[in-house]
Amino acid sequence: MNSSDEPPRPSRRRVLAGAAGMATAGLAGAARANDANLPPNVAPWSKAMGDGVAVRPYGHPSPFEKDVIRRDVQWLTASRESSVSFTPLHQLDGIITPNGLCFERHHAGIAEIDPHDYRLMIHGLVDKPLIFTLEDLKRLPRVNRIYFLECAANSGMEWRGAQLNGCQYTHGMIHCVMYTGVPLKLLLEQAGLKTNAKWLHVEGGDAAGMNRSLPLAKALDDCLIAYRQNGEMLRPEQGYPVRLVVPGWEGNIWIKWLRRIKVGDEPWYTREETSKYTDLLENGKARKFTFEMDAKSVITSPSPQAPVKSKGFLVISGLAWSGRGKVSRVDVSLDGGRNWHAAKIDGPVLDKACVRFYAETEWNGQELLLQSRAMDDSGYVQPSKDDLRKVRGVNSIYHNNGIQTWAVKASGEVENVEVG
Amino acid sequence: MSRWGERFRQSWILRAASGSVRSRESGNPVPCEAALGPRFRGDERKLWLAAIVLLLMNLSAPTLAQSPKPQNYNIGSPATQEQIAGWDIDVRPDGQGLPPGKGSVRDGEQIYLERCAACHGEFGESAGRWPQLAQGKGTLASHEPVKTVGSYFPYAASVFDYIRRAMPFGDAQSLTNDELYAVTAFVLNLNDIVDDKFVLSKETWSKVKMPNEGGFYDDDREAAEKAFWNSNPCMKDCRPPVKITGHASVIDVTPDDKSIRKGGVE
Ligand code: HEC
Repeated sequence: MNSSDEPPRPSRRRVLAGAAGMATAGLAGAARANDANLPPNVAPWSKAMGDGVAVRPYGHPSPFEKDVIRRDVQWLTASRESSVSFTPLHQLDGIITPNGLCFERHHAGIAEIDPHDYRLMIHGLVDKPLIFTLEDLKRLPRVNRIYFLECAANSGMEWRGAQLNGCQYTHGMIHCVMYTGVPLKLLLEQAGLKTNAKWLHVEGGDAAGMNRSLPLAKALDDCLIAYRQNGEMLRPEQGYPVRLVVPGWEGNIWIKWLRRIKVGDEPWYTREETSKYTDLLENGKARKFTFEMDAKSVITSPSPQAPVKSKGFLVISGLAWSGRGKVSRVDVSLDGGRNWHAAKIDGPVLDKACVRFYAETEWNGQELLLQSRAMDDSGYVQPSKDDLRKVRGVNSIYHNNGIQTWAVKASGEVENVEVG
Repeated sequence: MSRWGERFRQSWILRAASGSVRSRESGNPVPCEAALGPRFRGDERKLWLAAIVLLLMNLSAPTLAQSPKPQNYNIGSPATQEQIAGWDIDVRPDGQGLPPGKGSVRDGEQIYLERCAACHGEFGESAGRWPQLAQGKGTLASHEPVKTVGSYFPYAASVFDYIRRAMPFGDAQSLTNDELYAVTAFVLNLNDIVDDKFVLSKETWSKVKMPNEGGFYDDDREAAEKAFWNSNPCMKDCRPPVKITGHASVIDVTPDDKSIRKGGVE
């Protein structure tokens, strides 16, 4: 491990030593391969033809990728209809989440809506109450935006200490996709806002009737009425055919299966913004309307579900995001936050979207305490878990953006740990 | 508009005006300059330019708007009062949105036992792992806060509106207005917020005072957590050597995943 201010880059000599180590690991790995398919032999796929076009009219991942799936934690909730499944962050790279892997959070299961029977109602403090069909919405001008969506309860199980072993479970209530949709502002203009309009009541068409109060200023700023994700229509799990996009704000307010927007002059204090999604502090008082998701990051590999497999050269990879703007920098520590090194951000750096970061090092079996720390263009620095607990206590459930620690052991096994 | 946009706009208008200008050779639409070039000269060309100017002024001709100002697209239909009434179920703390009707604690008890108690418990204490609806008073500042209708909810509306749209779980929006008033009254009564004789309605709405109404304040993170904004975070020797103080594996609550080989290095 590099102990000082020197960035964690492998020296040439160490890379070479590492390559030797990898070669050994490679041989061990080859034990699970079928020799008949390895050079100098020629594999069957090099001789016989495979499926033709349109045999797979909607393509799926290779059967060898069958472990790349959303997973849930059954003891968390009493019923799967009001529960959560987590994005397998440890098995993904880049910044875009594949549609079928975006985490799910439902409160009354997945509403299955026939698009012909879909209606969006806008009423309340407007000049003309309106109803839109899906075809109506698709005729309107649209925009394309990449945003992360994080559930406010992401990492919520970790307030009192390291609990779940895997970034899928500790951080997997996030996804990042490109939305296509109509700016909410444009839609509200069609109905015409009354001058006393200040808040919107946004409501889902599912059997939970999910409802939240959305400040009008945010609605007019950057919210979208989205019907596509990554180019195709929204998945049912993500609110097909229409969901609300509220960039940078907690996932609960991104109403899925959106059926109604009522314009009003004050908030509604719905159950979801009082009993839930308020942040209880040590003194027994709770913060309300804590919409923005603070800057946060996590190392996705290595991580407990993605252990280190070879000695030698190692790429540490992770995701960072901020609800307040753009990620400006990510630092990585190998020694539990004693010393930090700026990581390399690769790929697009977009407002309120995930960024991908990498740090390269040389690993020869030494114990590491891996951490990452995100900064955003508002100057916010992701705090340590202890610093966060000092100001919030441990009862908040929501908005836990403390720095995650992974312990890498000599075996390459990785564990979720607390450090002090 | 960009230069490209301007050219595209003109060619579009021209094609629309002339029933699409096509090159003789290929039959494909061609850019307007090329189309104008060989066929129209001198006065003819001036006439065409005048026609374009006229068209640009004529709002009914197709144009390519690049950055629409607040604009009415004439898309969407008027929502009728009847349509709105069927979906307009939200209720605010001030009582806006309350439906007609009323319900007593006594009637509510019967409905609750039949339709709610299986999950929430006879006294709101919760059956199994379903949410607890009662008790928990005085626990919010403790290490085991119990958030219930009585201990945490700030307004009766937060309960009423939720039951109205989402409960009973799996049979949402099935209660009549009277049943809704009654069962809400009973849940409040379970929490000692209203007495056994209470009848909940629009008229008695404002009598309900929730114990934790003052328990919430607006997001103040930017002030209270100002220390987290730091343009120059420590990079070197930021703390004494670090010790592991807790292990997730000790708690061992992570779902088993057979696809993971724990000991990584082969
Ligand atoms: C099949 C089990 C079940 C039945 C029956 C049921 N509920 Fe619920 N109730 C739930 C679940 C699950 C939740 C939480 C749902 C969520 O958060 O997505 C809940 C939440 C609630 C809450 C909000 C609790 C909180 O702290 O935020 C109230 C109030 C409530 N139910 C009242 C009722 C009433 C009144 C009835 C009967 C009319 C009823 N429930 C019937 C399962 C049930």
